[in-house]
Amino acid sequence: MSENIYLQLEDGSIFQGKHFGAVPKGDVIAEVVFTTAMTGYVETLTDPSYYGQMVVQTFPLIGNYGISSADFESKKVHLSAYIVRNLCDSPSNFRCKSDLDSFLKEQNIPGIYDIDTRALTKKIRTKGVMNGRLSLSCPSQEAATSLSEFQVTNAVSAVSCNESYEITTGLPGPRVVLWDFGAKENIQRKLHSLGMCITVVPSTATCEDILALNPDGIMLSNGPGNPKENVQIIEELRKLCSFHIPIFGICLGHQLLALANGGDTEKLKYGHRGANQPVQDTETGKVYITSQNHGYAVRCDALPAGAEISFLNLNDNTCEGLIYKDFPGFSVQFHPEACGGPHDTEFLFQKFVNLIKKGGSVCH
Amino acid sequence: MPLNPNLKKVLVIGSGPIIIGQAAEFDYAGTQACRALKEEGLEVVLVNSNPATIMTDSAMADHVYIEPLTLDFLKRIIQKEKPDSILSTLGGQTGLTLSMQLAKEGFLEKEGVTLLGASPETIDKAEDRQIFKDTMAAIKEPTIPSTVTTTLDGALYFAKTVGYPIIVRPAFTLGGSGGGIADNEEELREIASSGLRQSPIHQILVEKCISGWKEIEFEVMRDSAGNVITICSMENFDPVGIHTGDSIVVAPAQTLADKEYQMLRSAALHIISAMGIEGGCNVQFALHPESFEYAVIEVNPRVSRSSALASKATGYPIARVAAKIAIGYRMDEISNEITGKTKACFEPTLDYVVVKFPKWPFDKFVYASRKLGTQMKATGEVMAIGRCFEEALLKAVRGAEISHDFLADEQLRTLSSFDLSEKIDEKDDQRIFALYEALYRGISIAQLHDQTMVDEWFLAKLRHLCELEKMLTTSTKLDAATIRDLKRNGFTDKCIKKLSGIATFERLPYSYKMVDTCGAEFDAQTPYFYSTYDEEDEATPFLESLPARKPVVMVFGSGPIRIGQGIEFDYASVHCVWSLKNAGYEVVIVNNNPETVSTDFNTADRLYFEPLTPEDVADIIAIEKPIGCVVAFGGQTAIRLTKWLSDNNIPILGTPADSIDAAEDRGRFEALLTSLHIKQPKGTTVRTTEEALTAANELGYPVLLRPSYVLGGQNMIIAFSDADVQEYMHIILSNMEGNIVLIDKYMMGTELEVDAICDGENVLIPGIMEHIDRAGIHSGDSIAVYPAWNLSPSQKDKLVDYSTRLALALHTKGLINIQYVYSGNQIYVIEVNPRSSRTVPYLSKVTGVPMIDIATRVMLGEKLRDMPYGTGLYKTAAHTAIKVPVFSFEKLSGLDTMLGPEMKSTGEVLGIAPTLSEALYKGLIGAGYTLQKQGGVLLTVRDSDKDEIAEIGTHFADLGFHIYATEGTARVLREAGINATKVFKIHESDQNTMSLLESGKLSYIVSTSAKGRSPRRDSVKIRRKSVELGIPCLTSLDTALALVKLLKQDFTPDRASLVDICSL
Repeated sequence: MSENIYLQLEDGSIFQGKHFGAVPKGDVIAEVVFTTAMTGYVETLTDPSYYGQMVVQTFPLIGNYGISSADFESKKVHLSAYIVRNLCDSPSNFRCKSDLDSFLKEQNIPGIYDIDTRALTKKIRTKGVMNGRLSLSCPSQEAATSLSEFQVTNAVSAVSCNESYEITTGLPGPRVVLWDFGAKENIQRKLHSLGMCITVVPSTATCEDILALNPDGIMLSNGPGNPKENVQIIEELRKLCSFHIPIFGICLGHQLLALANGGDTEKLKYGHRGANQPVQDTETGKVYITSQNHGYAVRCDALPAGAEISFLNLNDNTCEGLIYKDFPGFSVQFHPEACGGPHDTEFLFQKFVNLIKKGGSVCH
Repeated sequence: MPLNPNLKKVLVIGSGPIIIGQAAEFDYAGTQACRALKEEGLEVVLVNSNPATIMTDSAMADHVYIEPLTLDFLKRIIQKEKPDSILSTLGGQTGLTLSMQLAKEGFLEKEGVTLLGASPETIDKAEDRQIFKDTMAAIKEPTIPSTVTTTLDGALYFAKTVGYPIIVRPAFTLGGSGGGIADNEEELREIASSGLRQSPIHQILVEKCISGWKEIEFEVMRDSAGNVITICSMENFDPVGIHTGDSIVVAPAQTLADKEYQMLRSAALHIISAMGIEGGCNVQFALHPESFEYAVIEVNPRVSRSSALASKATGYPIARVAAKIAIGYRMDEISNEITGKTKACFEPTLDYVVVKFPKWPFDKFVYASRKLGTQMKATGEVMAIGRCFEEALLKAVRGAEISHDFLADEQLRTLSSFDLSEKIDEKDDQRIFALYEALYRGISIAQLHDQTMVDEWFLAKLRHLCELEKMLTTSTKLDAATIRDLKRNGFTDKCIKKLSGIATFERLPYSYKMVDTCGAEFDAQTPYFYSTYDEEDEATPFLESLPARKPVVMVFGSGPIRIGQGIEFDYASVHCVWSLKNAGYEVVIVNNNPETVSTDFNTADRLYFEPLTPEDVADIIAIEKPIGCVVAFGGQTAIRLTKWLSDNNIPILGTPADSIDAAEDRGRFEALLTSLHIKQPKGTTVRTTEEALTAANELGYPVLLRPSYVLGGQNMIIAFSDADVQEYMHIILSNMEGNIVLIDKYMMGTELEVDAICDGENVLIPGIMEHIDRAGIHSGDSIAVYPAWNLSPSQKDKLVDYSTRLALALHTKGLINIQYVYSGNQIYVIEVNPRSSRTVPYLSKVTGVPMIDIATRVMLGEKLRDMPYGTGLYKTAAHTAIKVPVFSFEKLSGLDTMLGPEMKSTGEVLGIAPTLSEALYKGLIGAGYTLQKQGGVLLTVRDSDKDEIAEIGTHFADLGFHIYATEGTARVLREAGINATKVFKIHESDQNTMSLLESGKLSYIVSTSAKGRSPRRDSVKIRRKSVELGIPCLTSLDTALALVKLLKQDFTPDRASLVDICSL
């Protein structure tokens, strides 16, 4: 287990650590990002939004409570590699079925531990998000220069479902179409618990496909990558907005909705990833602690037409939520579905359901 | 909402004397709160009876009253000062309870005073058991199910609804006897029936048993707008059953998956919202280890010990933010001082792990029961920060100053398997060491988990340390990778050398990381560091980035609070830091006590949260390159570093190491006194029991025995016979092997104490204190009076002369504390400590001489003659100020309460007034005496005290008290013409001293005995019983006499004077 492994960053710095998880077949190249959440590593590992990224946990003790499949946010691990300071090999929890090392081996994902994760985090904070290379042999200095060429591409199609499927309560209820850009499972669990009949559609669905399902509400999921890359989705979404169906967007869904309505997005220096981000409701002034995972944000100076900012990040004043005046839609940059992270904003799902019930019809 | 415009003048209530369960954390909280209020331009009135605190400094508030924390005194202060509001949530349970009483009586409303922080309704919701349960039920938060029943069927029905195991507690049986834990119906039938039979009212409480569940705490905050956040989660190493104050605690919680964590976090926020608290709150949960079931154990609607820990663990200043919220601010309007960029409305995230380790007084109280349970027994605690649990745990253990730098324990290693298992079951302060030993012997984690319910995660970490120990003891060579691994797991070089026997290996320096509340997400500028072994060191670049550097001085703090080394030393350390800053230095403080002001990241220019051992401070010194280190203010903890500093040529500011040695080394000190023609009691040093017996007989009994290099009279006793000497030598030698024992002739007489400042040429004596209690009772347990009231001018001159010559001869540069005994018209020196002492804060406040500031400036080279305080004896203050000790006897079962040379008090209060008797009155009231003027008094004293008991008896009789006495004492009293009722000893009759105590007839007990300590003795039983029943028991005849004379006078709270320290 304790073979040496190396992490090289775009700026040429190299961290030597010990290897865990799967043995990488060749070098792994991905964007290196950090998350400051202290719990929820199982959710992080299985969050599709981390596609194309290597994730550093700033909290140093990872693996303490092992792995429980009940905590999965999707069927598998989507990130490219995992970076921790201390790997726990003797986990303890009543639901624990496996340990982190075995799980990553099984998922074919490599990991590196025993490195100075704080030093690595500070580099990312100072220089912004960088690409990295995980390699079993110490990379040459020249290898760093080629790292900048890497880009996360076609991320959404890589993590979205391929075909649509239904999740019903067995009881009649409003129909929500969940447009899957890499959705975390807790979004559907939340909707389901509120009595929604859910049809999950792949990212390739068109406006017509969705309308054909006769939805009472449309849920735009989270997902990975640069939002602007999703030209087709944005176009379909633009069309969809004119049908006055209640729309709720989360994270990437929030960004896509903004782009579809003429807003602009930008890449943040190092993103927001963690479970302690304060956002302020611009109407009430109330502050909520939220779970976040995003590298891009809607530009406050290039808002979509007819939209108002509903939430602002208290740390850096970036846009955390929008409300649309021209159609019944709202969106948030953070994750009200939590998992991992605080449940403080789960009331937004109820708000969505209320919006649906005001204007929606009932499916049979 | 910004600052409430209706507020102009706020009263802050402190927590009073340090007792077990309520310590320096409230000085930290109160000091932060006063600062937070003053920076808003509010006028602050502070009341606290504890003179050793920083919060009672005249600079901390506009008006400072060191007055008794009773309703009577508070009302008078409120009427005098007319504050518009009271901040109730920062003075511990004391402050909260008093505020609530004032509100409930309608007094606050009548005076137009608003209660800030928590309303009476909120306080009731947390404090009243039934209202608490109802409140939790209303918001569907589970509490521990229980019911009161008078029938077996009632118990069985309850068990059916909540499930087994069930605890049965019979009503009104002594010490809960007759109860037990039932695992099934059959057992419950038996236990409940027996419990019902034994209860005099045929009633039992049946409660769901949750011992063994995980104990998890959350610190949460709420503002008036309803914003709620979590500051920190904490998990107890010890499951439910051991008080959290006595538990090893880790932050953040380690064994909770996000699902459990968020479930409890949401519950905590739900609770603080439902209770309507505006400020900080602590919620304790029990979590079933094998399911999502949980119960709310307790809610503290105020700043607490845990919040002090959470503040230091995360860097989030809870008390400061709580104070700002109380005066109207919302969290998003308050800035995060650490990052300077973000707001206080966020949740800290950690990139390290914190371990808190309690400091218990059992090394001093050898007969006190070490068993831990629901009653807290620790006097203090240490905190350690590391990048892994093992590292933080080992740091905490070596910082606790319990002669362990590792978990292996030599005595436990010799135990049989059976005895070791019993030891683990005892749940005492050594359990973690016993668990380690069991794991070392190969006992499985599963078995130990079943036995103790300590989570497997913690046990696995202990086993990892066992593996490393075994690897070390079998190693013949240590390569760099192994050393790195060991050091990353918390092993010191010293420990590696000891375990491996390998003397030389490559030394790996510490790297220092910053505590920044945000896991490095933002660039913080807070110079709060901890050591670890990682590739990047942040301290060095931080220092290089500073725009302009000043010379650095390093101050060593005093570590955990313990008997004999309390908050006074934190007061001194903090004042020293402030003076050094004023003098133009960059000040670095090293300390590991999370309860204190000194470890507030705002106090010094830089804070290193580290144990105070040579190895732990060496790398800080290497990085900071101080021009000097200060050891004089951190008690014995800091003094212990002196030799190492001096051996390594690290400059010490102030009195040189050699002088400290000269004062502590018996031979050198004797030679010094001889050369100065100053007397001291005859004595010698011994190493064995045989030598001690010979010496004792040569000196003649009684003799005083004590180990060298001690503080607080640890293991110090007066021996009256050979048997005493044998017993005590056994205890001393088994606790501290190789220690030299000092044996002195015991001099009975008046004890005098002097704190002086010397600059090498001149000496300033701010005051002379005289003890009410004669020598033989530890100075820390004596009632001390300033100014000394019995001294003739010539005696005073002599004391000044002695003190001046001693200070100069010891080349003192700074503070020196000298204790004298005046006996048979002679003055003898008992002890000299060339450092700050317990009495310095109190003396500074009542004389108006800023002693620490002067001492610090003197250390830096300034001269007394250039300061406005002169030299020689400083002018006597207009007031008399009396320091009265406060004890925590009710928390320490088995401990004899009789006072002697071994210190037992945990705190002190001040009585300040124009006359000595009024000051004593206020001091005693402040210390909790109710000064009953009627009832009965039991006198039972040893033969050597019988000559003096008649005078005390006469005074009590004059006041109309009914006098009870045991046979010998009764005889003496009758001879003196006092009508005393004879009481039988315990074994003599059923109607005995114990039944008299229980009868409720007694207002006072005066009890002394030739032998004490062992809980089996009658005299000790009486004294323990008095503690249980809350009957004042006086074991010092001098205090008893002073008290009874005071009863004859006519002091009342409404006529007592009130003294504003700021106006002195």
